[in-house]
Amino acid sequence: MSGVVRHVAREDWLETAEGLRADGFVMLADLTCVDYLEGVREDLPEEVVRERFEVVAVLRRMDPPAMVRLRAQVPDDDPVIDSLWSVYPGVEAFEREVFDLFGIHFRGHPDLSRILMPEDWEGHPLRKDYGVGRVAVQFKEVRRHR
Amino acid sequence: MPRRPRSSSESRARCSGFPRARSISRGFEADDRMIINMGPQHPSTHGVLRIMLEIEGETVLRSKPVIGYLHTGMEKTAETLTYLQGTTNVTRMDYLSPLNNELVYCLAVEDLLGLELPERAIWIRMLMSELNRIASHVMWMATNGMDLGSTSMMIFGFRDREMVLAFFEKVTGLRMNNNYMRPGGVAADLPDGWEDDVSAIVDTIERRVEEYHELLTGQPIFRKRVVGVGIIKPEEAIALSATGPILRSTGVAWDLRRSMPYLAYDQVDFDVVVGTVGDTWDRYMVRINEILQSIRIVRQVVERMPSGPYRAQDPKVTPPPRARIDESMEALIHHFKLYTEGIRVPAGETYAAIESPRGEIGCYLVSDGSARPYRMHIRGPSFANLQSLPVMLRGALIADAIAITSSVDPVMGEVDR
Repeated sequence: MSGVVRHVAREDWLETAEGLRADGFVMLADLTCVDYLEGVREDLPEEVVRERFEVVAVLRRMDPPAMVRLRAQVPDDDPVIDSLWSVYPGVEAFEREVFDLFGIHFRGHPDLSRILMPEDWEGHPLRKDYGVGRVAVQFKEVRRHR
Repeated sequence: MPRRPRSSSESRARCSGFPRARSISRGFEADDRMIINMGPQHPSTHGVLRIMLEIEGETVLRSKPVIGYLHTGMEKTAETLTYLQGTTNVTRMDYLSPLNNELVYCLAVEDLLGLELPERAIWIRMLMSELNRIASHVMWMATNGMDLGSTSMMIFGFRDREMVLAFFEKVTGLRMNNNYMRPGGVAADLPDGWEDDVSAIVDTIERRVEEYHELLTGQPIFRKRVVGVGIIKPEEAIALSATGPILRSTGVAWDLRRSMPYLAYDQVDFDVVVGTVGDTWDRYMVRINEILQSIRIVRQVVERMPSGPYRAQDPKVTPPPRARIDESMEALIHHFKLYTEGIRVPAGETYAAIESPRGEIGCYLVSDGSARPYRMHIRGPSFANLQSLPVMLRGALIADAIAITSSVDPVMGEVDR
């Protein structure tokens, strides 16, 4: 069910996607990110340099049906990777979501802005060092003050 | 004292703070391009979705869906819950097809565990997810009818969905947010006499689909509102990652149940319904025919349901039956461990995907070997499908925007995970 996994260097990210698209992988099913701040990773091959973030894209070929998962390491001090938008326009919302929740910048994205959180929100909630906090809600504090 | 009629210069001075009032006074022709907001609480946006429309007269030039009003933090919450509790979390994402959400999450967990399910569990899951597809599509028929002004269709739809929900309540204890599928199988076996219940449901709904056809399909007003409206081409739909009825309405026969079968979909007969043009009418016909295909699958499941256990017989995953706890220390220990600590899932990552009523729903799961997911990401079909809305809306009228938005069938709980 999981399909083939390919580890891609950050510099080859866009190029690999272009090559796969030419091979018939015409649909991008998913793009997301994982923050390995505190996690262990035994499944990485030797030659891959471990970094804090990992951007994951799932591509699909329709005929014959096949699935490939691309994984790229993105360092903490320079969280930038090429946008796949020129190859797969459908990645637009997914990349905005990853930018919003992880703070990864996608070079070449047409409109990289927050999508789920408010525009003036600070921080990136799905990072592991961002705690599950509380936001003051209107009317909720009334009982305490009465 | 009679009131003096207000001079035009005075009224203009009063409005000087409002640029829009001044432009109206200059006449409609000079400034007829404007941006309006549809939503966030418009009745036809099916939740808190806001669509910014740039219009000229009544024609939509550009549009942009704005989301994020409902952000529930499902993915962050999942990191704090055990794998057994996780299903209670994901079932709340898409409130019209909760069982499909549970299914994709369970498939991802079971993939990491390397768990083989007993036949009966697989077929029960298939039965429940197909019934859920029927309920979801019937609900879409209802809201689509409401958006296009057919109140009868709305009442019909809710009435017919109720039968399926009543069956869900009988099986799972809840009408929605069922938490019925768990990693390792399902929570409980089907109740006695379920075959008769299910047969009654599908027989009735099959008859009711005729009523929908009578009410909407041949009706000239309905046809005028949907035929040729909101066309999307197959290559556009694929490029924009649209799945489900939107992609199939363009003629692309892509259905994960057939293309990349999961559960036992390779053992049942059904057709992948496709359209030709990719307009709102095609999306309507794809959904109404998918109800009939799901009925066909459900009938085969009723005929061929295997007997045996309904969850995996692995004490590390499945809690022991209540009666065993009184007689066996081992069972007590496993029960205690499972409910205090949870299932330990081997480290690794996986992506599972199924065909939900709205398209491909995927679950990307990373485990670090503990009892809680390190990261859980859900690929919501509505989230991706909303991207094709601007393409469909371009050049349409405002009244068509209602029909088109409705035909995307977005569920905001899933968009704003």
